[in-house]
Amino acid sequence: MEFNNEFSINSNSEEATIKIGNVIGENISIGDIVLLIGDLGAGKTKLTQGIINGLGCSDFVRSPTFVLITEYIADFPIYHMDLYRLDTSESIDRLFLDEYLYGDGVCVIEWADKGDEFFPHDSLMIKIENISETARKLNFNFNRKSFKDLVEKLKGAL
Amino acid sequence: MNILGIETSCDDTAISIVKDGQSIKSNIIASQVHMHEKYGGIIPEIASREHFLTIIPTINESLYESGLTHKEIDCIAVTNGPGLAGSLLVGVNAAKGLGLAWDKPVMPINHLEGHIYSGWLDNKNPDKEVGFPLICLIASGGHTEMVLMKNHLTYEIIGKTRDDAAGEAFDKTARVLRLGFPGGPEIQKEAESANGNLDPFPRPEIKDSLDFSLSGLKTAVVNRAIKENIYPHTDFNAPNNEIVSEYSFAFQEAIVDTLIRNISRALKNFEAKGVLLGGGVAANSRLREKMAQNLDIPLIAPKPYLCTDNGAMIASAAYYRIKQYGTSPTFDMDVVPNLKLH
Repeated sequence: MEFNNEFSINSNSEEATIKIGNVIGENISIGDIVLLIGDLGAGKTKLTQGIINGLGCSDFVRSPTFVLITEYIADFPIYHMDLYRLDTSESIDRLFLDEYLYGDGVCVIEWADKGDEFFPHDSLMIKIENISETARKLNFNFNRKSFKDLVEKLKGAL
Repeated sequence: MNILGIETSCDDTAISIVKDGQSIKSNIIASQVHMHEKYGGIIPEIASREHFLTIIPTINESLYESGLTHKEIDCIAVTNGPGLAGSLLVGVNAAKGLGLAWDKPVMPINHLEGHIYSGWLDNKNPDKEVGFPLICLIASGGHTEMVLMKNHLTYEIIGKTRDDAAGEAFDKTARVLRLGFPGGPEIQKEAESANGNLDPFPRPEIKDSLDFSLSGLKTAVVNRAIKENIYPHTDFNAPNNEIVSEYSFAFQEAIVDTLIRNISRALKNFEAKGVLLGGGVAANSRLREKMAQNLDIPLIAPKPYLCTDNGAMIASAAYYRIKQYGTSPTFDMDVVPNLKLH
């Protein structure tokens, strides 16, 4: 996927990652798709915890690896998905991803690199890099203008 | 009373017939890993289509094995949640269809309640042999919950995972160590040949709560594997057998200790007569062994094949529900993917 915009931000703890997630959640809405990429233990689910709280849902976010999709309810549905267990594009297709991607809520998708070709170009992609045991670098990539505003908010908030 | 139990909440199509909640007449499980080999080796992430293909043959096989005809079945019990919506739908639809065709009542059952009632299978009787209340630990790839069972069918969730499930921690650790799926049996096997000379992994704890947080343990394994250059995987950094064994042992000890610690803390808060294990992780022999050593009250640990998903536990739970509340014609029931245990 090609992106025109880039932005990076560092996090030095789980708490900081959740805070970044909060700001993301406060600045996205229905129809937005957040793609998360990062290795085991990078903090994808922690970032999602922040996003979902930022969207106004106070639930604990559990890893969706086993169930593939977990639904949370804020003012609209939030679909938290995980492609970790999926190894072939055929099996991803069978998730009926489009129903969620072009549906009535927000989608946050972990291990999105496994299904690159399924996601629209106006998604927000966040790659989480391990810098040390606790420090992470979050690389944002996007095309849509509304995510530029989100990035400005992130710069202001942190 | 013969009850046909249907369990399709995840990726096994499991059908059993159980007499009077305790005596297993047949227990058939069509594992999709195996099914997919026949269809060209697709990995079975999305299970509903495979359930759809296998459910009727599996029901027929279960009937055949039991030696009963459908006329001798008194009720059809089916998991209606929690689980994957598409998978649950196949089981619930089949149950409704059979109920209509055979003119039998259909009883929806919570999957977690099923895991608890696996303790009653195989002609066990925890309520008579041990008594209530029981503290139940249900730990699998998708669940890690501690339940206070005050009496038949009466539950209170007293602890749950806030992030990863216990079985998921096994699976992901196994993946780091390049072991197969599911990770639990592989790690258990590798751990057996360990000397136990690796620094221990953390036993993550949430202050003032019986909840679990297991993602930190997974991250600790990943961090050490990165530091010792066996992860991320390359063509040249596969760990030798000894390292795999030592990691497996250290991880298994950490997760087993974490589960046991929360059970012990729960036993301080709640007066229980026994501890009951359920779910795939409950098949882990180290957990069973260490748990038995640590408890001074009875441990109810169903045989490993009854810990993993099966239809018998669903039939057993239905028997006790019928005994207490009778049956009612419930053809309007729906699947509830995030069904809670009450």
